[in-house]
Parts: sequence; structure tokens; C-alpha cells
Amino acid sequence: MHDVNASRASNAFVPLMASAVLVNAVGLHARPSVKLTQCAKRFAAKIELALAPDGPWTDAKSPVKVMRVKAPQGATLHFRITGPDGTAALAAVLALVHDGFGEA
Amino acid sequence: MSNSSSGNVGIVIVSHSSKIAEGAADMVRQMVGNAVPLAWTGGDTDGGLGTNVAGILEAIEAAWSSAGVAILVDLGGAETNSEMAVEMLAEDRRARVVVCNAPVVEGAVIAATESSGGSSLAAVKRSAEEFYA
Repeated sequence: MHDVNASRASNAFVPLMASAVLVNAVGLHARPSVKLTQCAKRFAAKIELALAPDGPWTDAKSPVKVMRVKAPQGATLHFRITGPDGTAALAAVLALVHDGFGEA
Repeated sequence: MSNSSSGNVGIVIVSHSSKIAEGAADMVRQMVGNAVPLAWTGGDTDGGLGTNVAGILEAIEAAWSSAGVAILVDLGGAETNSEMAVEMLAEDRRARVVVCNAPVVEGAVIAATESSGGSSLAAVKRSAEEFYA
């Protein structure tokens, strides 16, 4: 949906997997969802998140879908990232989660 | 009314209530930031509840972007007056303005989020409309 060429190119990359615990008090509510999708959109890689290591996976570039995950504080967010800039994308989204999205 | 210039899709909020329109714009600015041209309009020309075409045209002008403008509306007249405003635009601009079928507050935040990532007008509209999907 975002870039056909990116998803085609991503087929050649092994998915990167990592997880992080949501530390901010309100979890993945509206504002953090916006920040996460804005961050994800900066990368060409396909970025997905889930509450369990085996999914179901949600497109991290879709603000509506990310908000629907309704992940609470203490939940573990799993990321699956595929693409040429996947390493940088993974570092960026993990930093955002670890930082509590800049919230307390 | 507020705006900031950029190559990102502009967002226009049209509500019967100027307070709702302004409040929704506040949410967009606080949650999404300043990377998106944004304008709002609400109320009829006497300051009561309603919408007016001239106000909508002004808002479109204020939020104008070469990437286009997505309009979020609340009820009935907000939609028909927005469509009328779009009809009144110069032909080269008309094709670059869309009215989204989305809830006004949530749709504005989501549309602006999509726009702030540099997405096309079609992608901005599609993302806002995911709320009813």
C-alpha cells in the first residue's frame, strides 16, 4: 500500500525480530500510536508489530490499525521488520518504546 | 485558523461548531505536530451552529498544499457545503481536494499523521477512512 517497490525489494531480506515492554503509563494509546507510525513511516522497510511473538501482525505504519491493538502498559511489543533499512528502523522503534514515547 | 507550509497534504476541519473544529485542530497540532498545513472552520456566518461555504473556501486556501487538501467534516451541511466549496475552486485545484468519509476528530488526527509522513492525498484519505472500514 505504501510502496510496491519496497515490498518487492523486502522479499530479499530476512525479517528482523525484537521485542520491548511498554513502559509508559497509558500504553499504546492515541498519542504513542501516532508517534510510532510517524517513526515507522520514515523507513522503507515493512514494519509490523504484535502482542505475541507469533502474531497476529499489525502494520506499524497504519495509525488506525496500531491504535486498534490497544496494547496496555506492561505489554510486550514484538516487532517484525523486513527491508533494506530494517536495522535502523528496528533501532528507532525500539528506542521509542524504551523511551516511553517521551511520556512518563 | 492556523497553518504551516510544507509539501505535505493539507488538512481542513469543518464542523457545525467552531469549538469542535478548533478543538480538533488543537488535537492535531499537539499529537501530530506542525509538519502539516492545517485550517479549521465552524459555525454559520452569524456565529451560530452551522457551516458556510465562504469559511470553508478560506480554510482550503489557508491549508493549501501542492500535494492537495483533505477535508474532514461532521454532519450533513458540513459535507454538502464542503462539496459546494470544492466545486467553486479553480479547475486545476478541484481535483486536488477531497472530502473524507471519516469521523471529524479521529479522522483529522489520522489524516494528519498520514500526511506528516509525506503520503499522497489518496493515501491520506484511505487512512482516515479506515475508521469506518
